[in-house]
This record gives sequence, structure tokens and C-alpha cells, in this order.
Amino acid sequence: MIRIANGQGFWGDWLEAPARLVEQGPIDYLALDYLAEITMSILQKQKETDPNLGYARDFPPLIAQIQRRLIERDVKVIANAGGVNPIACAREVRRLAPSLKVAVVTGDDVFGRLDEFLAAGHEMKNMDTGEPLSAIRDRILSANAYIGAFPLAEALGAGADVVIAGRCTDTALSLAPMIHRFGWKPDDFDKLAAGTIAGHIVECGAQCTGGNCQVHWESIPDMANIGYPIIEADHDGRFSITKHEGTGGRVTVDIVKEQLLYELGDPKNYITPDCVADFTSIQLKDAGPDRVQVSGIRGAARPAMLKLSIAYSYGWKAIGTLVYSAPQALEKSKAADRIVRQRLQQLGLKFEEIYTEFFGVNACHGPVAVPNPDPPEVQLRIGVRGQDRKAVDRFTRELIPLVLSGPPTGTGFGEGRPPVREVVAYWPALIPRELIQTSVEVVD
Amino acid sequence: MKIPLSRVAHARSGDKGDTSNIGIIAFDPRHYPILVREATAERVKHFFGEMVKGNVERFELPNLGALNFLLHVALGGGGTLSLRIDAQGKTLGAALLRMEIEIASGELS
Repeated sequence: MIRIANGQGFWGDWLEAPARLVEQGPIDYLALDYLAEITMSILQKQKETDPNLGYARDFPPLIAQIQRRLIERDVKVIANAGGVNPIACAREVRRLAPSLKVAVVTGDDVFGRLDEFLAAGHEMKNMDTGEPLSAIRDRILSANAYIGAFPLAEALGAGADVVIAGRCTDTALSLAPMIHRFGWKPDDFDKLAAGTIAGHIVECGAQCTGGNCQVHWESIPDMANIGYPIIEADHDGRFSITKHEGTGGRVTVDIVKEQLLYELGDPKNYITPDCVADFTSIQLKDAGPDRVQVSGIRGAARPAMLKLSIAYSYGWKAIGTLVYSAPQALEKSKAADRIVRQRLQQLGLKFEEIYTEFFGVNACHGPVAVPNPDPPEVQLRIGVRGQDRKAVDRFTRELIPLVLSGPPTGTGFGEGRPPVREVVAYWPALIPRELIQTSVEVVD
Repeated sequence: MKIPLSRVAHARSGDKGDTSNIGIIAFDPRHYPILVREATAERVKHFFGEMVKGNVERFELPNLGALNFLLHVALGGGGTLSLRIDAQGKTLGAALLRMEIEIASGELS
């Protein structure tokens, strides 16, 4: 049996979690997930400014902080902290933690190969809209193939203490140690599916140990010290989900079910580079305090195509707010919204969308929200999106004047004008897997 | 007799681009057939009204006593494009639990 912990559900997750997982009980592997689709484009921009950047900058100092414990307890780390510059990330880890052996997995970054793919007839159509990639070719900011767990397992096989990857799947981080330690092969479909589903359960960190949980959420103990998840994996594909003793949170069948359904599409066809997992085969059992046993998982062969994550510059947006108090808070907010829209129209400004929400009334649940006849206050929130940066910038100057020139009791303008933000959009596409060659390199 | 879905199920929701995913799970696996019968794709689409511009797909997971819904074109463009506060649809699961369903008397006992 091996213990694989996940200490980071996204870049920006609880900073204390990884160190606590190493300190508070036994684990063999620490998986850390740093990449969301949007993250890659941000990192690409950082790399263009400085060729030594482009990775998750929280990661090297974290490894420096926990390096002694990693060695004492023989814990290996697998992370996709490399972003668009895994080599630079590895060098920084080596500089701060020279006694650790660091390996990088590369080959996912295809930013420089897109024209080669297009010339060879690969259209890389948007999986949602069907548009060919050529439509946005000159606006692309980053392009990466999702790679699977086998190259990460190869890096563990090379004796790495720390494995750094770029855009691998989140589930690969947890599956890789199982492939490495149990010798699973690409045609061990059921076992790979089991490891993939284990990875899916823990990939959002504490979301499977009581975080964001609707079942008796008020009674979940000590959420300030919530335990992050641990997979106890067996060679035959069975595993348990648990957390360190004495930590906060809760692990039950209900909670694991919620996380299994999170960001799920067709449950019979959960496609990864390693296998296709069948979520309708999963059997769950409560097996003691804060422990859920998982078994029965079936899978099928890996797909012929890999998914590409392509980010491109789409346009600009800004979102501004004002607050109106009772009485008639909603009516005042609606009047202010009408004034802003009329002024934008009088200026002749064109936007792709102007969107208004009323916080305290309908922002989260829209038309489904339960009516609240006289809320004590309402926050008006207006957003615009468009291709013309100047128009978006002009919009940001139209809210604060209403405090003096609009309906009464307008307040909440202390933050000043809202910032104009670039909209980086995401373009999902497919590419034949044989075009993506990964390699593993030990960094000295 | 009408009851809110929250009496028999809990939920979690998330996103994939402009598609919202909502999983609903029966507290008691014996009530899963009620979910299958009452929480149809059509009713979920009707419940959310103008919020969901595309179609609603439903998938069954009898092993978990759960249903998974995909609400297409439901997040104002999704991800970074969306101007909504809940661009990832994190709160839509809680919203769906307010949907009223019809049960026979004694069906929950």
C-alpha cells in the first residue's frame, strides 16, 4: 500500500496544506496541482518578460521549506508547477534545495509547433464551436497538450525526489506513483481507471474532506485546520480516501460522492491521456472514521487523440459596483443601471455584452432566486466586455458620478474606478497523440 | 405532495467552459428512483429558464444514487469571458435543490 496526498487544488490554495501533510502523518508521495486553464497564459506572458519565469513561483520556496522533512520521511513530490517553463522551475528548486534530485517532464508545450501542425492539416477545431484554429492564430498566447501519468512515472523511476511537469492532467499527479510502484502497464485499463478516479477525488484538495460540502456543513469539525486528502492505494486498483488523524474536516461516502460529480461530463466516458474511466462502476463504502473504501472500477483503452489547452487574447472587460440602501434599494439600483446604460448609448459605445446583477437579490441564482421584497441594501454590479479597450475604459468612469448625479443613497465607491482587464479565452482542441513526444530530464 | 429537491438530495456544481455541471445525490440510495422520475432534463431546463440558453443533458449514476446534469450555454460565456459573479456555476447546485418535485404520500418513509 502506498499513500499519496494532494496538498494543492489550484495555484492559490491554502499555503499551509502541503507542509502539514508532510508533518502530520505518514505519506509516501505529495501531489501538488498548480495549473488551471487560464494559468498557462499568465505564465506565458511572464516568460516573455523574463525567460527565467513562467512557472508557479510559490513552489520552489515551498520545497525549500519542507526539504528536510521530505528527506527524513522519504516523501517524493509530483507537481505541475513547471507551467510553461519547467526547466527554470527545476533550476530554482535545485538552487534552494540542492540535496534533492529533481526531474522535469517536457513535451507538453506546443506553442512553437502550431504552424507545423496546421501545415500538416491538423485544424485543431474548437471542440465547443467547431471553428478552425486559423481563425484566432495571430492572437494565441499559449498552447499545451495535456499529457498523462506515464512520463511522470518514468521520472519517479529515474530516482527523482521532485518531479516537475508542465500541463499534465490533474489526475496524472496521483496516478503516476501507482504506475511507478505497482508496475501498471498502458493496457491495465481497470487499474489505470481506478488510479485516475482516485486522482479525480483528491485533485481539488479539501473538496473531498469536507470543504464546499452541502451535507451537514455546519457540523464539519475544525475547518480552520482541515486535513487535505490522502489516497491509500493498493496494487490491485482498490484504494481508500482518508486524511491525517487529528485534522479538521470529514471524509464520508456522501462527501466523496459530491466530489466525484464535480466537473464531470459523461460518467461512462471520463477521458484522460491514460485511459477512459467509467464512473458508473465505482463502489463506495464507509470504512471507519474519515475513511472511504473505493472498488469495482472499470476502464477502457486510452484515446488516440490528446486534448490541447490553447489560450488566446479575446478582448477586454471591466466590472464595477455601487451600493444602494433601503428603502427601495433594488428600485434605486435598477434606476442607476438604466442611467449607466443610457449614458453608454449616448456616447455611442459598442460592447459585446453589458451584464447587470443585483447582489442581495439575484446575483447567484438569477431568475430562480427567492424574492426579497425590501432588502436592507443592494449592490449593483455592471460588467461590460468588448474588443475596443477604449470603450471598456470609458465605461469604468460611468459609475462613480452616479453617487452625486443618480438615485439617492448611492455608496460603496471607495475602491475607485474598476480596472480594465484583458480577457484571455480558452480554446479546447484535439491533436493525434503520436505528435506529442515527452521527455524526462534529471536537472543537475 | 410537493417537496423541494433538497429534502431528498444534496448537490455539487462546477463548470467546463460555458457548460455548468450539476450533480445531485440522493441522501438515501432508496430514493434514487424518485430523482430519476422527477428530476428530468426537461424540468431542469424549465426550472432555470432564461439562465440556460442551450440544452440540458442528464446522465445516470445508479451506483452512487446520483444524476449528473450538463447545462449548456449557461454561464454567460464561461471561464474568463463571463461577466457573472458566479462564472463557474458554483452556486447552481444549491439553486437546483429548490426545485419542487412531486412524491406520493409515504414514499419517503
